[in-house]
Amino acid sequence: MTAVTALTLPADWRDFFALTKPRVMSLVIFTGLCGLLAAPGHIHPVIGFTAILCIALAAGGAGTLNQWLEADIDAGMKRTAKRPIPAGRMRPNDARDFGIALSVASVLIMGLGVGWTAAVILAISILYYAVVYTIWLKPRTPQNIVIGGAAGAFPPLIGWVAVTGDITLMPVLLFAIIFMWTPPHFWALALFIKSDYAKVGIPMMPVVRGQASTRKQILVYSVLLVPVAAAPWFIGGAGAIYGITALALSLIFLALSVPVAFRHSEEGDAMKPEKRLFAFSIIYLFALFAGLVLDRVAAYQGFIA
Amino acid sequence: MTPEEQTEIRKRQKSRNLALGGLLVFLAVLFYAITFVKMGD
Repeated sequence: MTAVTALTLPADWRDFFALTKPRVMSLVIFTGLCGLLAAPGHIHPVIGFTAILCIALAAGGAGTLNQWLEADIDAGMKRTAKRPIPAGRMRPNDARDFGIALSVASVLIMGLGVGWTAAVILAISILYYAVVYTIWLKPRTPQNIVIGGAAGAFPPLIGWVAVTGDITLMPVLLFAIIFMWTPPHFWALALFIKSDYAKVGIPMMPVVRGQASTRKQILVYSVLLVPVAAAPWFIGGAGAIYGITALALSLIFLALSVPVAFRHSEEGDAMKPEKRLFAFSIIYLFALFAGLVLDRVAAYQGFIA
Repeated sequence: MTPEEQTEIRKRQKSRNLALGGLLVFLAVLFYAITFVKMGD
């Protein structure tokens, strides 16, 4: 009876906010802003703000649709069972409508206020996350994280295109960096929380292919990340400040993934190397993009070539 | 429906209306600003 009563109450606005996955959104806003600040050319601050707002709204919309689609799965996992829909604090259809409204509004405002190239890529990123990833591939393949990583890689690309209006090699490289970064970042986490995903039948890599294979794949992506992260420097799209930052960060990332790759954990393992890699992976992304912006600002100000 | 529930529903409706109202004002200001910037181009 309490559940029925709870459903007749209008949902609290805080629950709508929680649907947008604010913690994920902070990373999206940061990388989107870095793409925007690192791009060559000028953008009026109001238009730049609008672009970042639209990227954030789109991420919120996609996150909301993801939670609407996965409410039954979320209900079965300790980490996600308290989300608004599985906890019964919000009607699923309200979440669906909210998600669609955010998504449509973000694309329209981006198109009218900033540019249609950025708006089209924004629309693709929302559909990619909500449909290709959430509905289609996440429940079907252990490569789901690799595929989902592409969705998270869109923000700096969109931020860049909001300024330039066209897609060049540099924004594609920013996309590639996050794409390579996501699997080791997420699989390190999945190694120490894998039991939850197994329970709800999501084919996470450690469950399907085993931890030995997952550990090797973490290393593969960490190795690939070194040249990809340094590529903007090699092609001349960024200077030495970025290049040295990227190489140093990527080599630390690689050094932390080596112990993860060559060990085996039993029940009750403290999983220290995995947790260390996961924690550093977050610092890595923030520092790398901050380095890029610093490098570009220094270049535009004439401090470096 | 108990009076407590009635009060809670009114409270939530009010906070949601305030949030929505704030959003609409924000969007109006944003579009106003965008229009001015675009006219300057």
